[in-house]
Amino acid sequence: MTSLTAAFRCIVARDITLALRRRADVLTTLFFFVIVVSLFPLGVGPEMATLRIIAPGVVWVAALLASMLALERMFYSDYRDGTLEQMLLTPQPLPVLVLGKVFAHWLVSGLPLVLIAPLLGVQYDLPPEGLLVLALSLLVGTPVLSLIGAIGAALTLGVRGGGVLVSLLVLPLYIPVLIFGAGAVDASMSGLGAQAHLSLLGAFLLGALILAPWAASAALRISME
Amino acid sequence: MAKKINWFKYSSPQAFYPLAGKMIPWFAVAALLFTLPGLYFSFFVAPADYQQGEAYRIMFIHVPAAWMSMFIYVVMAGYAGMGLVLNSRLSSMMASALAPTGAMFTFLALWTGSLWGKPMWGAWWVWDARLTSELILLFLYIGFMSLYAAIDEPRRAARASAVLALVGVVNIPIIYFSVKWWNTLHQGSSITATKGPTMAASMFIAMMLMAMAFWMYTIAVALMRVRCEILERERHAEWVAEAMRGAK
Repeated sequence: MTSLTAAFRCIVARDITLALRRRADVLTTLFFFVIVVSLFPLGVGPEMATLRIIAPGVVWVAALLASMLALERMFYSDYRDGTLEQMLLTPQPLPVLVLGKVFAHWLVSGLPLVLIAPLLGVQYDLPPEGLLVLALSLLVGTPVLSLIGAIGAALTLGVRGGGVLVSLLVLPLYIPVLIFGAGAVDASMSGLGAQAHLSLLGAFLLGALILAPWAASAALRISME
Repeated sequence: MAKKINWFKYSSPQAFYPLAGKMIPWFAVAALLFTLPGLYFSFFVAPADYQQGEAYRIMFIHVPAAWMSMFIYVVMAGYAGMGLVLNSRLSSMMASALAPTGAMFTFLALWTGSLWGKPMWGAWWVWDARLTSELILLFLYIGFMSLYAAIDEPRRAARASAVLALVGVVNIPIIYFSVKWWNTLHQGSSITATKGPTMAASMFIAMMLMAMAFWMYTIAVALMRVRCEILERERHAEWVAEAMRGAK
């Protein structure tokens, strides 16, 4: 058991170290998120009443796109330099290693979005509890995006046109998360309470935690054949 | 003593290819035989609906198409899973042969649904749970086919798209129960296993005939496509060269 947690921790620490060595990549995702969210008021018009209504959807769609932008990096560099092949050969079960990589990926690309989202919400004149629910829904929802995205990234590893293809494979599966994530903020602002939506997001997270590492591992083994 | 049947005989592409060739005309004729009375019943025999008038008749295409769109996905995922676990070539070929027909029926269900929606709801498209999840199904079919097409090596392509097909199965219960879970614009089902159909008998007959016609069509087309798939993937095999010489 301890060797499992050690392997998990080792992968997370390694991937985070690697990400911090290449800080520009991390910041690109974050800036992409900020820019996409900031473009909407320029396109839709600066009326606060409208902005308040579209804010949850806009922030969530931008989060979806930003997390997809980072997906290609999840396995690609390891695939290219042969590290991935070594990982497949280790005695530790592959799903645990994949889970470690997904967790590191979320810490680097998902968590920053969660932290900056309230600031962007202020731009859209969201009320304080709306901001709280927005951050909370992203906190529960973005790990699901990373987990589902890992399946897509593993499937398109080394495939020509993989970057475009991954969006076609992954976005349909993201839709439920988008609906309930943005729905949570809407529900809290209309006074219904966000609990039902957040519970469903939590259920998605648990389901994805159990199933996605297996599916992604199977996909990795197929890609490495 | 009863003769022992070798169930796995036709799981090899070489044995299945001529069998499929023999079955195609039967299913094609059956599709035609169900379609003609089906259309006659739907347009001339079934009475007009007391609420929806004549416009409801699109149902005879729409409902069977929607059934097929979901059912084909489940069958496709089943074949894909079988190909993944048992590593049998024919089942992954069946999966990729079914995908285009499934996508076609999904599109047909969405299209006829919008033709139905315009007179009933006053809009071509609404973001209702049933419609949205059916749209996701179309994207899943397209994703399956694109992933299959993007990988050059056929066996790897089959295995990778099989994983995707299995992941996408979670969407099927969402579509199926969406009218119950979310109380939305799309009407509930008129036929349930427990209560029997809540419609006129001639309507029910028309719908069943159309459903059977779609079934037969699907089987015929899938068999045709799987024959092409077999030839393409086994083109280096000796028997393919021989079969081609015989065909000329």
